[in-house]
Amino acid sequence: MTQLALVIDLNVCVGCQACVTSCKEWNTSGSAGPMVDQNPYGADPTGTFFNRVQTFEVGEFPNTETVHFPKSCLHCEDPPCVPVCPTGASYKRKEDGIVLVNYDKCIGCKYCSWACPYGARELDEQQQVMKKCTLCVDRIYDTSMAEADRKPSCVLACPTSARLFGDVHDPESAVSLAIRESGGYPLMPEWGTHPANHYLPRRKTRIKIHEDELERADNPLKVDRQLPRPATNEPTLDDFTTW
Amino acid sequence: MHPAFSVIFLTTLIGAAQGLFLALFTVQSYAAFKLLPQPDAHAFYGQGSLMALLLLVAGLGASFFHLGRPERAWRSAAMWRTSWLSREVIVLPAFIGVVFLYGLVHWFGWHPVLMILPGDLPVDPSAILGVAGTLLAFALFVCTGMIYACLKFLAEWHSPLTIINYILLGGASGFMLAAAFAAFTAPEHVGFLAGWAAIITLLGLISRTASLYRNARLKPKSTLQTAIGIKHPKITQKTQGFMGGSFNTREFFHGQPVAVLRGVKWFFLIAVFPVPLLLLLSAMQGYSGLLPAAFGLQYLGLLAERWFFFAQANHPQNLYYQSIA
Repeated sequence: MTQLALVIDLNVCVGCQACVTSCKEWNTSGSAGPMVDQNPYGADPTGTFFNRVQTFEVGEFPNTETVHFPKSCLHCEDPPCVPVCPTGASYKRKEDGIVLVNYDKCIGCKYCSWACPYGARELDEQQQVMKKCTLCVDRIYDTSMAEADRKPSCVLACPTSARLFGDVHDPESAVSLAIRESGGYPLMPEWGTHPANHYLPRRKTRIKIHEDELERADNPLKVDRQLPRPATNEPTLDDFTTW
Repeated sequence: MHPAFSVIFLTTLIGAAQGLFLALFTVQSYAAFKLLPQPDAHAFYGQGSLMALLLLVAGLGASFFHLGRPERAWRSAAMWRTSWLSREVIVLPAFIGVVFLYGLVHWFGWHPVLMILPGDLPVDPSAILGVAGTLLAFALFVCTGMIYACLKFLAEWHSPLTIINYILLGGASGFMLAAAFAAFTAPEHVGFLAGWAAIITLLGLISRTASLYRNARLKPKSTLQTAIGIKHPKITQKTQGFMGGSFNTREFFHGQPVAVLRGVKWFFLIAVFPVPLLLLLSAMQGYSGLLPAAFGLQYLGLLAERWFFFAQANHPQNLYYQSIA
């Protein structure tokens, strides 16, 4: 069974919001649209978004780390929003695992949004139906596009390649590999929703330098003691000094 | 959660109507076993059913204001296999239909004896409709309660106490209304109905207090650590990704200071339980003119109770919306 999903690498996300705007741009003009903004230039602007990037500070000053955290529908393998829907407008596609809303059936009762612990669903203020990330279902299967463009809009927009897209049920896919080998994890695992989207944790790149690596141990001039040892604050490059 | 007045009115109005119908049929059952005198069927059962019907239709009408697309409401009966909301959508009109028929046979005095049960108990259409209506009334209480109790993410609601509260509080207000109504149409039954209203109100006080006690001691299952998957005791949100409002900031927050929440809680604890109980006691001493006031006050209190029920529920998605910028 195919389960399409996003894998988001928190180690490289820089919080530029490019995925947010490109998601909005594609989906407001696509079959999910329009995603209308209300009072866009007023005091209290609001609008429908499928994807948001939030920022968290981890730790206490001065030992803090800023984590940018993109959040959209996680396309759960056991989506709690689907069985509560009274009309059957919310459904999970068998063929690729994408959770979708049929805008022609939705009555806008908001019950599915109560049943989603992640807050992934929004009521469109103009159409009065529930909307959420579609994984760009109107794009990823569009054969009129070049193969490389058949990916969710947010994935294509990401300048740091923090967003990977693929089938998490295929053990050989790039997303499965990333989850397996880079410690991918789901959000709020305590609810048993089995989100298909995964997140890759922050990673520290550390390098251990041993003392004997700082000086060239096999320098023949050093063995012969032909020149005096330079002071420690002088350059120690091989082509500059004998040490 | 943000308390929606459409749902507050829906649940309190149909709760009172269900309780009222149960009270009417309780009197009929007692009278059938000759434990109570038979009241005037047209005035008591007929007009009482009409009143229940009006409450039910008003509640149903209120529920439409909750929908973004009310013209598609008929679709919501489709998924009864999985959705408690869908089940409620089926049971509510069925209950309305049975209450209508029950009122109709009493209104026009249509009481042909269909069969005789052992013990010389005649069974007429109103008895069959009454049993059907009783089953549907309880089914409706369960459906309404389960809509909230089945959401495991909302720990304040995810408890059998939610359903018990819906049954007892709806029942209390319905019996209270029946007692007030009997003061005008069947004065000989006021004491009986007021007694049951007092008993159900007391049971409601116990179960509602139990749920308040339980909810005050809940430990949230989700934390910011599980929400973003970072293991560190100190995580603070710096931005939620936007500075204006969104559906997430409107639907899941009541937006009131703690003092308001506490005030509403104490108001409903006083208005739903002790004061109506005192008025009931005085009614049982013969001051039945106070019964409409007892029902009115308890209903106001139940509006506050339902508001608090929604406001108190803390949705885990709120973890993601703690700081604007």
